[in-house]
This record gives sequence, C-alpha cells and structure tokens, in this order.
Amino acid sequence: MRAVQALTVVLLLIAIAWGGAALIPAVFAVAVPYLALAVFLLGITLHILAWARVPVPFKIPSVCGQQRSLPWIRQQRLESPFTSWQVAGRMALEILLFRSLFRNTRSVLTPKQRLVYQPDKVLWLGALAFHWSLLVIVLRHLRFFLQPIPRSIQLLSALDGVFQLLVPTLLITDVLILGALLYLLGRRLFNPLVRYVSLPADFFPLLLILGIAITGILMRYVDKVDLTAVKELALSLTVFHPTVPHGLSPLFFIHLFLVSSLIAYIPFSKLMHVGGVFLSPTRNLPNNNRARRHINPWNHPVPVHTYAEWEEEFHDKLKAAGIPMEGDD
Amino acid sequence: MSKTPEELLQIHYHPPKHDWMDPSIDFEARRGTWSYPGGVKSLEYLGLPNPREWSPTDEDWKLPPNWQEIVHRGFKDLLTKYRSLRIFMDCCVRCGACADKCHFFIGSGDPKNMPVLRAELLRSVYRKDFTTAGKILGRAAGGRALTIDVIKEWFYYFYQCTECRRCSVFCPYGIDTAEITMAARELLNLLGININWIVEPVANCQRTGNHLGIQPHTFKDNVEFLCEELEDITGIHVDPPINKKGAEILFIMPSADYFADPGIYTFMGYMLLFKYLGLDYTLSAYASEGGNFGLFLSRDTAKRLNYKMYAEAKRLGVKWILGGECGHMWRVVNQYMDTMNGPADFLEVPRSPVTGTVFENAASTKMVHICEFTADLIHHGKLKLDPSRNDWARVTYHDACNPARAMGLLEEPRYLLKHAVNHFYEMPENTIREQTFCCGAGAGLGNDENIDMRMRGGLPRANAVKYVHEQHRVNLLTCICAIDRAVLPTLMDFWVPGVRVSGIHELIGNALVIDGENERTTNLRGEPLHGEGEVSDDV
Ligand code: HEM
Ligand code: SF4
Ligand code: SF4
Repeated sequence: MRAVQALTVVLLLIAIAWGGAALIPAVFAVAVPYLALAVFLLGITLHILAWARVPVPFKIPSVCGQQRSLPWIRQQRLESPFTSWQVAGRMALEILLFRSLFRNTRSVLTPKQRLVYQPDKVLWLGALAFHWSLLVIVLRHLRFFLQPIPRSIQLLSALDGVFQLLVPTLLITDVLILGALLYLLGRRLFNPLVRYVSLPADFFPLLLILGIAITGILMRYVDKVDLTAVKELALSLTVFHPTVPHGLSPLFFIHLFLVSSLIAYIPFSKLMHVGGVFLSPTRNLPNNNRARRHINPWNHPVPVHTYAEWEEEFHDKLKAAGIPMEGDD
Repeated sequence: MSKTPEELLQIHYHPPKHDWMDPSIDFEARRGTWSYPGGVKSLEYLGLPNPREWSPTDEDWKLPPNWQEIVHRGFKDLLTKYRSLRIFMDCCVRCGACADKCHFFIGSGDPKNMPVLRAELLRSVYRKDFTTAGKILGRAAGGRALTIDVIKEWFYYFYQCTECRRCSVFCPYGIDTAEITMAARELLNLLGININWIVEPVANCQRTGNHLGIQPHTFKDNVEFLCEELEDITGIHVDPPINKKGAEILFIMPSADYFADPGIYTFMGYMLLFKYLGLDYTLSAYASEGGNFGLFLSRDTAKRLNYKMYAEAKRLGVKWILGGECGHMWRVVNQYMDTMNGPADFLEVPRSPVTGTVFENAASTKMVHICEFTADLIHHGKLKLDPSRNDWARVTYHDACNPARAMGLLEEPRYLLKHAVNHFYEMPENTIREQTFCCGAGAGLGNDENIDMRMRGGLPRANAVKYVHEQHRVNLLTCICAIDRAVLPTLMDFWVPGVRVSGIHELIGNALVIDGENERTTNLRGEPLHGEGEVSDDV
C-alpha cells in the first residue's frame, strides 16, 4: 500500500538519524543541515528559473466573476481582476486565505435523483490550519537563530501561548498542526476517491511533517531538550562557525534530521506548489485580454487560407450569386 | 438512444479495486462513449499527420513505428512553450478538491473523469520521462511508461473532457485541466489520433469559411431564405449586405445560426435588431464562421481558422467587429485572437454608432460581444421592447462555459433577459455563473456516436434545469452558445422533456417593437404568442 511505503521511508529516516547521531554527531548536527539547506536553495532556484524560462504564450485567466465591460455593470475586481493591483488582490486571497479552496462543495446524488452541491469547507479549514500553524511554528523557531530575539517573534510566541492561562505551556499551533495533519492524513486514507488518487509522494510529506511535529512536541513536553545547547548550535550554524555542544538528545537529532530531509525534499516534490501558486497563469494574469494585447514570444506562422485563394476557388459561384468580389470596382 | 435515463442514473461513485495506473479500455463494450476517428480526406486537406482508416476498436491503431519518440519530442516541445503545462505538471497536490466538480465525473462516476486523475494520465508519463525521481523510481514515484494502452486511454479520456474549465475554478492553484487536455490532444494529433467531429468541421472551415462547409452562394441563399421567413412573420424587410466593403461593422456569428434550428431564430433576432438600428454592417461569406473547432484540435489550427476574422475585417475596411452568440468562439476571440493574429491596428476602438459608447474593454482586440452591444442599447433606452410577447416562455439562463469562465460575461445576458421577458428564473447558484455546468458536448464531443457520454456529461446541467422546470414550470432554456443550441435540445428531451432551447437575441427579436411591423401574432418560430407557457400566477 502506498501509505505504508511512505511510512517505511519516514521510519527509515528516523532510524538513520538515531543511529547516525550516536556515531557521528557532527555530521548530523552540522553537515546534514548545511547540505539540506544548500540543496533546498539551489533546487528551488533552479526549479523556479526553469519555470520562469518557459514563456506564457496566452493570457488565460480562469475568470471567476463579472468582467469589466460597460461602466454601469459592476466588475468583480477580485474574481475577475482587470489591473495589476486587482490581480495582486486576487493572488493575496489565494495565497493567504486559499480563496479557491473555499469554494469547495460536495456533489451528492440524492435518492430522489436530484444533484445537490453541499458547501464543504472542512478541507479549506484543515488546509488553512495546517499551513498557518506551519508558518507560525517556523517563525517561532527563529528565536534559536537570532540573538537578541526580535520583539515580533516574542510577541508571536506570546500570542501562540495565550491559552496558557488555562493550560500551562500549551501552544495553539501545536494543537492545530497535529489536528490538521491527522485530518489531512485521515482524508487520504479513508475518503475512497482521495485515497484512489493518492501516491506514496502524497503520504510521505504528511507523515514526515507529522514526524517533525511529534518529535518537536515530545521535546517540549516529555523528553525536555536542553534549550541552551540547541541555541548554541543554531547560532554557531548561522555564523558559519559550527560547534556541537554537549547535551543534545537523540530526539533532537531525529527532529533535526527530519527537518533537513523535508527542506531538501521540497524542490523535487509536489511541495513546489509554493512556487506554483505564485506562477500559475490562470490566476496571476488579468482578465483584460481585449483591452491589452498579450505577446506570445514564439507566435509562429501557420498555413492559412487567404481570401484570394478562397475567391479563386469559388469564383464562379460568387459571381453567379452576385456577391461582391475584389476585381469588381 | 441506447440507454434510458433510469439506466444512466445508476451511478456509482466508488472507485474500483484495481490500480488506476494500469490502463485498459474495451472500446467495443464502451460504445456510446467515444467518437469516431478523423477522416482521411480532412486530415489530408489540413496537412495533419498520419491520415489513415482506423477504428478505436482495432487492436492495431496503425501508428508510425517511432510513435514513442514522436510523443516524447512533442511533449518536450510543449513543456518549453507553455508555462501553464509545466506548472500544472509539477504542482498538483492531489487534494481532490476538483474531483467532483467535473460534469463527466458526476454523470459517470468513472474515477478517471475526476480532473485530477484525468491530468494524472498525462502527468504520470511526464514524471517517468521528465523528472529525476520518476526516471529512477518509476512507479513508486508515480511514473508510468508510455505504452500503447496509455495512448488508447488518453484518446478515451481526453475526448471525455469538454475543456470547460470548471475544475480550474475550484483548484487552489488554478490548475486548468483544459490546458492539459489541449496538450494531450496535440500529442495525440502528432500520431494522427483525433476525432472526425472535430477534424471535418476544421477542414470545412479552412476551405469554405465555415464548419458546415457551406459555400458562398449557399450562404447567401440561406441568409435570404431566413430573411424571407422573418418578413413573413414581422412584415419587416431585411436585406443584410454580404462582403460589402466600407461598412462600419463586420458582423460574425457561428454558422449554426444561419443553418440550423433553433439557432436560425437567433439569427432572425440579430437581423431585426440591426434593421431597427439602421446599422451600417456587413456579413462575410469568407469569414462565415464565428466558432472555431480548430481550438479543439490544436492551438495552431485555432490560429489558422481565426486568421480569417482580422484578414476579412482588413480587406473590407470596416472599423470594428461585432460578434454573435457563441461560446468557444468567444474563448478564442477573447483570450487568443489578438495574441495569435493581432495586432488589429487597422481597426478602430469600437464605438456604438447608436449610443456613442466607446467599448474601452475591447480597445485592443476591437471586437465586441453582441450582448455587450445590446445591453448598452437598452441601458440608453434605445430599444422599444415588449416583453409580454415572450410570455409564452418561462425562461432560465445557462451560462456557456467560455463566456463565463474565459470572459466573465455574466451580467450582460441577464440584463437582456430581464428586459426581454417577464418570467425569468435562475437555476441553483452552484450551477450558474462561474460555476456553470457544461452542456456535456462541447469541445467537439457533440456527435451522435458519443450519445451516452453526452447525456451523462449533461446530467448536472439538466438536473438543474429540471429543478426550475419543476419549481417554476420553466419551459425555455436560453443560452448564448451555438454548441448549446445544437446539443441542449437533445439533452432536454432526454432528461427534462418539455423544455426547449433558444438564444437570447431570439427573445430580443420577439420583443422588439419596430415601426411598420405587422401586428405580431406569432413569435419568430411562427408559434402563437399566447401559448401554454403563459401562466400568470407568479408572485
Ligand atoms: C505560499 C505558500 C503555500 C500555499 C499558498 C499553500 C497552499 C496549499 C494548499 C491550498 C494545499 C491544498 C490543501 C491541502 O491538501 O491541505 C496545500 C497542500 C499541502 N501543502 Fe501547501 N502551501 C504553501 C506552502 C507550503 C509549504 C512551505 C509546505 C511544507 C513544506 C506545504 C506543505 C503542504 C502539504 C504537505 C500539503 C498536502 C496536504 C495533503 O496531502 O493533504 N505547503 N498547500
Ligand atoms: S484541485 Fe488542483 S491541486 Fe487539488 S487535486 Fe485537483 S488539480 Fe490537484
Ligand atoms: S475542463 Fe471541464 S470537462 Fe475537463 S476535466 Fe475540467 S471540469 Fe471536467
């Protein structure tokens, strides 16, 4: 089964980190993260460049609202953008709020043979919870890499912990990301259609990120990590003067290795949707085709049937029918 | 018709046990869901590859010996020409949001009609041939070798997509399966795999100027015949100019409008309107087709056919172009024409001679949609309309896919209807506007041998019509698309008997009060104005 294949790989990665860190800690604390980052940066750059090199021959927005036409008809600016600013607005909605996913419906054929389309926002909610938690968690991690810790990061962490008034040490994003990941995974496993289309490469990132989240949470709540040691390592990495402090637990090495695997994996996987969402020609182009001409750089000539050829072929018939011809006047 | 509505409604949405990666299509068993191959003569006329006699039911499709190499090279070529294709190949996350948005999936339950899986049919080959992981890991990385069975499966499913772009509205990255289908059809074309319902009209259009192969003298005959009918009904004499140099406006409509019921009544509507306005316009027997089946074959053939519009406008020396009611025509005119065959710097920015309105939204392409044109007239109070002449009709409106999702022409047609009829009812909101459902027969699939799949694909549309038919006794489905006018009557007869189909300018023509006309006792179809549809219990 495809999920099992993916799980096996994740478990293998965990085993490698566990065994490897015991034998050669410096490799796993220093070389691997550097390497992963290098692969990530290079990979992403090359990938985006490869995309950017390919031309966009036609302006093909998927229009989702009223066009701009007559002045007294209200244009839907964010669904059918005409100007670049409106496009920026549409893109912002897509990137920050997953606008299109919000449209999601579920089609149901009722026993009375009526098709109904029920609003289905759970996927949208799950996707949003997952991505925003991920972003906040990544940002929170900056406290390890920056000294002094910027106020904004402190504030973010504080906000993330507002429920600590009720439950000590609880971070909202930890709960959200776990819940969202389990939902997304559950969907893949138990929704028959989603399961049918899922590849190992769809389970793998979910399981990998789940592994990262779980090891992270364990370090926070169960096998508490030596935070000063972690910060020492992180800071030394940022100034390219790596030192491997004592007191880093196997759990930390597993966490770090899984993160390294993830970032190195991004450029070669569907996680490139990060870039795709910005570059998708159906979303990032304005619906102003008839007002502004779009240029196709490879617009090659094609064999056409000219008027002259046409008139020649149908000359007699045109004449008999009295249709005006070129030679007439 | 091979299946009854009850039989077709036995739809199972549960995927089969076996892996989707193993293709096998039994064409014999699936008659009624695919289209006959492109004819030799047409392919030869167009100079397209590998013309030959063959049938999908044959074991041997008579492909060139190096067919794999041809597809590989063609794929590579497309990947360097279309960023859309590159990105759509790379960034689908298989979230499944698009799955039940496709009318073919809803109507058939075949998982390969989920847009995501339709795309995977191509994407799996992309992974295997063009990505590192796929080259090394093969199937574990979702890669699939290009076998003859894969090709057969492409033919089956990429001719079960009407390029309607509904899936693209729901996809978080805007992945447009129409782009993928177009790419796949272009690859299949390289091997001479295509369907006659597309290839023949394209060849006809290239030669005579229209899909139906109507030659210029017959074009004139048809137009005159319809104008006589119109005169019989209204007492108004119209005599549209053909190929007239120096006219202000070139009017281009889909050929079905001057050829087939019920499009011909829409044609009468146009003619009456132009007469009423005293418009200085001309028709063209050379550019006698608004539609463009070339789009369904390849973007090159789309460009070949579309070439005639600007060429003819230039030759005739008109100032701008007005376009009739047609769906895919407007996809080409709105999103491709200027790029493919422009710039139209020999034309002027369209300006309505009646109201003085300058159509800034068409400043570059110089082509205006007739719904925009007429909406502007009504807004300026230039038309005298008597909507009660359409009281025989209880009307709903079907947004054709392309005017909706490639243009955003949503309000204009509704505005016209609200002024031309008294009884107008919208279908449920998830089935109209940008979420509109396809007729199930667009993109060249409106042929008779494909009838089962047409009825299945048209189910969501028909089901929504049925709703307003039952709730509001709607008996007329209006649309601004020639393919719709050709295929929806069959769809309605099958799923919702009692609902007929018309264009919007037919209803405008009915309602238009013209000086010197006979008292109207019938509509443009010659049916009594006070018919069964007229009921006055609306609240
Ligand atoms: C601007 C940035 C991003 C946007 C707009 C975005 C958007 C989306 C959307 C709309 C989905 C589909 C819904 C879903 O299945 O959850 C998705 C899926 C996913 N995203 Fe992102 N994403 C972004 C960045 C990232 C990053 C940086 C990662 C991780 C490194 C990531 C990991 C994932 C994963 C694993 C899924 C698949 C969920 C599943 O399999 O069910 N995304 N993304
Ligand atoms: S909605 Fe888009 S990303 Fe999701 S499965 Fe469909 S094509 Fe892929
Ligand atoms: S473009 Fe339309 S027909 Fe094709 S897959 Fe998408 S929804 Fe289905």
